[in-house]
Parts: sequence; C-alpha cells; structure tokens
Amino acid sequence: MEKRVTFKGLWLPILLVLPQIVITAVFFFYPAGKAVWQSLFIPDPFGLSMQYVGLGNFEFLLSDPYYRASFVTTAVFSTLVTAVSMGVALYLAVLADRLIKGSGTYRTLLIWPYAVAPAVAGVLWLFMFNTRVGVVTWYLGQLGYDWNHVLNPREAMGLVVVASAWGRISYNFLFFLAGLQAIPRSVIEAAAIDGARFWTRFRTIVFPLLSPTTFFLLVVNIVYAFFETFGVIHTITSGGPQQATTILVYKVYSDGFIGQDLGSSAAQSVILLVLVSILTVIQFRYLERRVHY
Amino acid sequence: MATVTLENLKKSFGKTEIIHGVDIDIADGEFIVIVGPSGCGKSTLLRMVAGLETVSAGEVLIGGRPVNGVEPMDRDIAMVFQNYALYPHMSVFDNMAYGLKIGRVPKAEIRTRVEAAAEILQLGPYLQRKPRELSGGQRQRVAMGRAIVRKPAVFLFDEPLSNLDAKLRVQMRLEIKALQRKLGVTSLYVTHDQVEAMTLADRMIVMNEGTADQIGAPLEVYGNPATTFVAGFIGSPPMNFLDAAALENAPAGVSLGVRPESVRLVGTSEGRLEGTVAYAEPLGAETLIHLRTADGQALTIRQDGVLPVPAEGDRLGAVWDPSQEFRFGPDGRRLRQDR
Ligand SMILES: Nc1ncnc2c1ncn2[C@@H]1O[C@H](COP(=O)(O)OP(=O)(O)OP(=O)(O)O)[C@@H](O)[C@H]1O
Ligand SMILES: [Mg+2]
Repeated sequence: MEKRVTFKGLWLPILLVLPQIVITAVFFFYPAGKAVWQSLFIPDPFGLSMQYVGLGNFEFLLSDPYYRASFVTTAVFSTLVTAVSMGVALYLAVLADRLIKGSGTYRTLLIWPYAVAPAVAGVLWLFMFNTRVGVVTWYLGQLGYDWNHVLNPREAMGLVVVASAWGRISYNFLFFLAGLQAIPRSVIEAAAIDGARFWTRFRTIVFPLLSPTTFFLLVVNIVYAFFETFGVIHTITSGGPQQATTILVYKVYSDGFIGQDLGSSAAQSVILLVLVSILTVIQFRYLERRVHY
Repeated sequence: MATVTLENLKKSFGKTEIIHGVDIDIADGEFIVIVGPSGCGKSTLLRMVAGLETVSAGEVLIGGRPVNGVEPMDRDIAMVFQNYALYPHMSVFDNMAYGLKIGRVPKAEIRTRVEAAAEILQLGPYLQRKPRELSGGQRQRVAMGRAIVRKPAVFLFDEPLSNLDAKLRVQMRLEIKALQRKLGVTSLYVTHDQVEAMTLADRMIVMNEGTADQIGAPLEVYGNPATTFVAGFIGSPPMNFLDAAALENAPAGVSLGVRPESVRLVGTSEGRLEGTVAYAEPLGAETLIHLRTADGQALTIRQDGVLPVPAEGDRLGAVWDPSQEFRFGPDGRRLRQDR
C-alpha cells in the first residue's frame, strides 16, 4: 500500500514547494521565455532598439552554412562522445562484473572522474596535450607524431571528445555494472551449458538484457554531449580551430556574447530547447515501459 | 548417453573444504538423486559435474573421459536450474532452440526437434510466448524442454521442482521420471525433499555436511541405514533413537534406532519400554502417537488409523520386532554385528 501524507490546509504544501517553483521560474521559465521573445527581434547595430522580424532569425539560421556546419559538428561530436564513453564504460563494467574481490576499490577509482567539473577536466586534458609543454604531446613527439590541436581540426575534435567522454565513463560504468549484476548468474550459466562461449553469450544474452540500461544511457549521454560539454570546449579549444569544435551550445554563446547577435543567439537557444524537449519526451515515454522483454 | 564417475571428488572455497571426497560409479541411463539438508553441498557437487565450479581434488569422468579441465559447453550435458534460468528476452521456441542454433544444427531439424519436445511437454500452444507470460509449471517444462532437445549424454537437475506448489510438484515428479525412463539419459538430480528422492531414484546419495553418508537404492537406504544421520533424514516421521544402555546391556553412547511404523502399543507389563502418551495426532489413514518414558526419552509410534486413538496421559507399553532395530555407535555409524 502506498502511504500518502495528507495536508489539512493549502498554505503549508504551497510553502514547501515554493522554493523549487521560484528557482525554476527565475532560472528557467524567465530566461526561456525571454529567449523565445528575443528570437523574434533583431537589435540595431548600437543595441538601442529592437526590430520585430517574426521568424526571420530562424529563416536566416537555417540557411546559414555556418549554422548547418555546427549541426554536423554537434552530430559528430555527440556520436563520438556517446560511443567512446559508453563503449569504454561497458568494457570496464564487464571486467568489473567478472571480478568479485576488490571491485569496491575499482568502483571508487572509476567514479572519481565524475566528481570533476567539466571545465576542470578540460584544463587537465589541456595540460597533458598542451602543444608546447604537454606530457602526452612530448611523448607523441618522441614517437615522431607532431600533435597540434590548435591548428589541426581533427586533433582538436579528438581532444574535446576524449576530455568530454572521460568524465562520463564513471557514470555510465555504474549503470552498466548495475545492469550486469541484475542479470541472474544462472541465465549466463545456462547459456554456457547450451554451448555459448563468452562472446556469443555477450552478444545473444548479456547485451539484449542490458538494452534498457543502454537505451537510457544513450539518451542521457546525448543530452550531456549536447549541453553539458560547454566547459570542456570553452577551456580547450574555444570552438576552434576554424569552428571545428563549435557545437550548437557553444555557438549560442559565441554568437550571443562574442558576436553580440542576440536575436540569432536567442533563436538558436529556442532550437536547442526544442531538441532537448524531444529527447526528454523520448526518454520519458520509454522509461514508462522500461521492461520490454 | 554415458556413464559418470566421481573419484574422491573434493571442493574447497578458500580454506574451507565443503565436499570431503565423494566416490560413485554411475551406470549409463541410471537416475541418481543427491539428497540432503540445506547447505550440505548438493549443488556444489552437481555444479562440479556441470563444470560450473572448479574441482579442488579428485576427478570427474563423463563417458570414461576425464573432464576436470573441460568447459561446460564441451561436456555434453544439460542442466535444469532451480529458478529455471530461462532467457527472458526469447520466446519459448527460441529458448529451446538456443543450444541447437549455437551447435549449428540445420534450421529444419531445429524445428522438428523443438516441436517434438514441445509435444512431449505439452508446450505446443505456448511456443511463441515469452517466459514471463507462462505459469511456474510451464516455465519448468520449458527448462526441461531446453534440456531434452539437445539430446545430451547427462541431465543435471538442481531442485527443479522446489518453486512449484505441492500438487504440481507431485505431477511433475512423475513426468520427470517417465521422461527419463523414455529417453534413457543418465541423470543426476539434487533435492532436499526425501519423498522426491525415494520416488525418483534408482540410487541415491545421502549427503551430510559434504560427505556421502550412504549411496544405495532407496529401499536399501531406508531399510538398512548406514548412519544415524541417514536413518533420521530418510523416512517421515524420522526414526526414533533411544539410549541403548537404558534398554539392554550395551556400552554407553550406543543408540538404538527403531522406525515409528515398527513399533506397536501394548499394555504396560508387556512392553520393552513404557511411557505416557504426550499427545496423539490422528491423520486419518494413520495416527502418530508420541510417547514419553519416565527417564525423558521420546518415542513416536505410527499406527493404522482404524485402531483406537489413546488419550493423552495414558500409560502404555511399546514393543517391536528385534529384527527391526538398528544400533549405532557413539560416532553415529552403524554397528554391524546386529545384522
Ligand atoms: N561460492 C562459494 N563461496 C564460498 N562458499 C560457498 C560457495 N558456494 C557454496 N558455498 C558453501 O558451500 C556449502 C554448500 O553449498 P551448496 O550450495 O552446495 O549447498 P546445497 O546443499 O545445494 O544447499 P541448498 O539445499 O540450500 O541449495 C554451503 O555451506 C555454502 O555456504
Ligand atoms: Mg542448492
């Protein structure tokens, strides 16, 4: 039986949820509303007045090759971040799942990166790959490879992907490990007796049974790659070289705060808002019927 | 089909030895039941035969071939687990076909074999269902089906019926027995239920804390128990154990065992023993009478339900045929001079 607390009056419950409502209103509804409003205007060159343009900002954006390029960059970036962070996490989780002794230590070590703020993680990786003093750069130089993410767009993308994925591995690992441990041992043993070797078991039994976890993580990681990697990109590449790492969120910032094109920036925010809503809807619809087998 | 041999089989987890050396030669087609109380090492023994646990010492041979270092998939065995261990994301058909698909059996043959098994197990209408859409008994049958389609040399069962209700358990017990007879596959069956053991086994291994106290045909074990543990575990209600020194000229520590059904109630003067009725349990077909002697020993008597039921507090004597009594030494082992 579900236990419900019932309040007599109306004031106490309102008072209790008020802080949350106020925070949401001030930091979400107000800016979101303002973004929608602003996306319909363009400011004059001196920022003194606003001119109503309807959907003009959106029309301009969708025909802007830089904005489209940023879409592609975002797609590449989030696919790579999601694939790398989930792939590595799954691999580590499978290893940790087979290990019973000492798994506590591994888990703790693997969780640490999650506690590091994205910007700090960015700086950390930036130091290692610094083109002049970075440790990794030096080693690569010894091996005859000239690392320079400041000039090379591919290397820049690689570095922001690794730095962003690194912080996510812990989170994904925890979910994968929990998912693996929820699979009854006897099911795996039955498959072994049925003739399936490790890889076959993984492909036909373990992975399908993990699919709810995998799907959940997929959505969460895409959302992360879209929206929460700003700090990493800002510290490592600032969107460069030649916009090679300017993902949509970064473009909102650079167009709005550096380019001072508030109308376009607001329109981009609105597009992102729509994207995140879609992802959230997918996630919730899916979570409602999580047990699919 | 194959013989199975266990040679001085031992298992330790860390420093604790759990199985202390089990020896048995199992004939081709024989139905062996491993029975014993919870925690005595039945599952561990079975899992060593399956290859799911490593062997600490001794040897497992299947069909004469030593298999200690052989992976489970290469042992030509099938196992039915207590929780059935069905693949939850696959249909009943795919659950049964899984091992065959991995074994690269042609599609048409997979179909015939699975359908034949489904026919035997009355699973025909459920082939496209997922395990969660089945009742407990049906899931149990799927687990059986998964084992039989592969035509293995040995069946291993780990308490396959313990999750079913009493009535279904009796029915499935009969079905398993019939199926095993029909297929003639060598089987090892673990249970803690002595009735299951008695009814299914050609021979049974009675396990007591990691040792095989006795190996033999059910009636032989029942009629000629090797230790007090076996005598007390097989048979319900269990055998009575009396202090032999109180009844006859015997060294201290020797106990005298007699089964409840061997004892008859008589007048106080005629009995080998006398006591008061503590309570009586009329069960219809039979009545269980619990007698307590003056020196505090307890004796259970099982008598026919048509006989008069004595009242609580009645003083009565008890007699039994001396050929029906067993003597056990202080170590619990049977003293062999009495038979
Ligand atoms: N992986 C393990 N590590 C350490 N000890 C274990 C392990 N598996 C089993 N044991 C111990 O071995 C003993 C025998 O266990 P086993 O599972 O074989 O008992 P069982 O006879 O099958 O009991 P049940 O009827 O409850 O299933 C138990 O004392 C158990 O605690
Ligand atoms: Mg067990």
